Amino acid sequence: MDFMVFQYPMISVQACLDGILLGILFALIAYGMALQWGVMNIINIAQGDLVILGGYIAYFMYLYGIHPAWGVIVSPIIMFFVGIAIYKLVINKVVDRDLFISILATFGISILFMQLMNFAFGADVVLANSDYGTTMLFNSNVVLPNSKIFSAFISILFAICLVIYMKKSKLGRAIRATAQNARAAKILGVDTEKVYAATFGINAALCGVAGALISITFTIHPYMGLPYTIRSFMIVIVAGLGNLPGVAMSGMGLGVFEEFADYILGTEFRIGSVFLLLVLILVYRRFKLSRKREYLK
Amino acid sequence: MKINKIIISFISAAVILLSTSVVSFAKVVGDKIVLGAAISLTGKYSSNGVHTQNGYNMAVDRINSMGGVKVGGKTYKFDIIYYDDESNPKRAAQLAERLISQDGVEFMLGPYSSGLTKAIAPVTEKYGVPMVEANGASRSLFTKGYKYLFAVLAPANLYLDVAIDLAVEKNNGKGVTVAMAFEQDAFSQDVRLGVLDAIKRTGSKKVIDDKLPKELNDMAATLVKVKQMKPDVLVVSGHTKGALTAIRQISEMKVDVPMLAMTHCDAAKLSKQHGKNSQYALCASQWHKTLTYKDDFFKDGMTYDADFTKEFGYAPPYQAAESSAALLVFKDAFERANSFDQKKVRDALAATNMQTFYGNIKFAEGGQNVDKPMVLFQVMCDDGGKCENKVVAPTKWASAKLIHPIPSWSQR
Repeated sequence: MDFMVFQYPMISVQACLDGILLGILFALIAYGMALQWGVMNIINIAQGDLVILGGYIAYFMYLYGIHPAWGVIVSPIIMFFVGIAIYKLVINKVVDRDLFISILATFGISILFMQLMNFAFGADVVLANSDYGTTMLFNSNVVLPNSKIFSAFISILFAICLVIYMKKSKLGRAIRATAQNARAAKILGVDTEKVYAATFGINAALCGVAGALISITFTIHPYMGLPYTIRSFMIVIVAGLGNLPGVAMSGMGLGVFEEFADYILGTEFRIGSVFLLLVLILVYRRFKLSRKREYLK
Repeated sequence: MKINKIIISFISAAVILLSTSVVSFAKVVGDKIVLGAAISLTGKYSSNGVHTQNGYNMAVDRINSMGGVKVGGKTYKFDIIYYDDESNPKRAAQLAERLISQDGVEFMLGPYSSGLTKAIAPVTEKYGVPMVEANGASRSLFTKGYKYLFAVLAPANLYLDVAIDLAVEKNNGKGVTVAMAFEQDAFSQDVRLGVLDAIKRTGSKKVIDDKLPKELNDMAATLVKVKQMKPDVLVVSGHTKGALTAIRQISEMKVDVPMLAMTHCDAAKLSKQHGKNSQYALCASQWHKTLTYKDDFFKDGMTYDADFTKEFGYAPPYQAAESSAALLVFKDAFERANSFDQKKVRDALAATNMQTFYGNIKFAEGGQNVDKPMVLFQVMCDDGGKCENKVVAPTKWASAKLIHPIPSWSQR
């Protein structure tokens, strides 16, 4: 245990800001997960692997001399089609089935992706340098890499665009209708098959954006996907489906929680603390639900 | 007719029996000495696994083309059976078992990484199969009393203690303050123990002692603490991830520290991936091409570097060099033992005392190489942004002078 973070107030400020910037990025991934979970009732274990694949697209652009920031445009376009391909090959066969089957199927996709990425790109840890520099605040006591600020900004931008698209466009309305009641939507002429494919594509595209941002801010590696899946799962559990402000808030909350856990418990418990929080929240939810049930009796 | 049939089936049965027994017994077949190795060709260690394999292959070709191994007045050639262990310790142990009991291999080469070597060592020990390994540096490998394990490399606890000594020397012999960040795996924790010993020995003080997770890609918290505590030395070890993450975040967060010492810089291709941002980082290395060790097969480090680059299209990381050295050790031991008896070869290995292009090799009781110090190189860049690794310590091998303290970010 180390309480240095409270002894030096500037460290707390640093931790909060780092956590919020990080949390916004997590929230973007989680929003994609919430969307397809809500519409298709599928928990996508391969979410993190889609993120990493998106990261590799940005990385390869960087290798060929293109600034990796363009990855946030190219990566989602490619990933959209990757998402549709996955849907056509696997997901459409499990979409109406038991939740357990879809978890197994996406778990399989996750393993396949990890191995394929390892095979294609090698097992080296890689990153794309953006050379964005650093922002110093409070007399240089708080430092924020501009790449983190850039990722948060791009994440917010994409989230806003998506919300507007969902509200205004025809496909967006069809997606929302399918999420509410797939059968009714079908009766009223919505091609749910197409909606499912588009939803999975949009989710993969969001992962693509997030991946490109992660390659700029952190590092990528074929086997690094799972922590991102877990984090987005956790954010969605807390926020609930179809609740964007909730996802954003719980994403930032998780980011700040992680940073503080890092300072107080030590970096080694960072991911562990996320798991612990997940368990606590599930227990708390169950407790709350059971109380409600008793009341109804 | 009937008798003919009986005779034929009898003969074929005998042939089958004989051929199988030949396959499973003689692993020195004809003029070939067959060695076995489980190597990570897929999975998370695959890049270093391939370096290891290339190192082995390079040495096999070189030794075979230069006359092979002379035992009992006869010349033999090396051959290696490889299996892919998928970077998985359980699989590695199974494969070692298979190499020994099914393929009849009597001599083994090591896999990549301390973890996998740890998984294989009990198997080779059980069957009394001598294993020369080149990529398992964890101290715990050498404290178990293994009799058949020999490592050509220096143990992990010696990786970074040189850096602490160097910092103390620069501080006029007075103790320094040290910040440490180590991943939680066998290798990095051994490096940490070595640094702790050095801290105690030199009267220094540790001010930060962080453990990094396996999934590490953010060490901002540690670096914020470093900014606050202003230690004299920052030591980081977390494989390639650790090296890459540290340099990225140190440069982004403008962390000023007089000395930065790390492991795995050349595996991470630090100077290539980070360019000038990696400048002044001190890196522990088992080998560097400019060291002046010599042998008859590869001549010296520079020649090895050139030959390897010609054959495989990239400069050899130390993982490849030490793997090549393992074959030289085997050849030397076979010739001194003048026999293929496993016990005799084992005793010959234990008595090894030789110089290779990679360094001097002499095994201690536990099997580790005690005759080869680690070297520290520093990443140095010219004005055009081209970076090179130059050896700065120990002084005997230094090809450049250590730049200390590291200039602050505002002056770069």
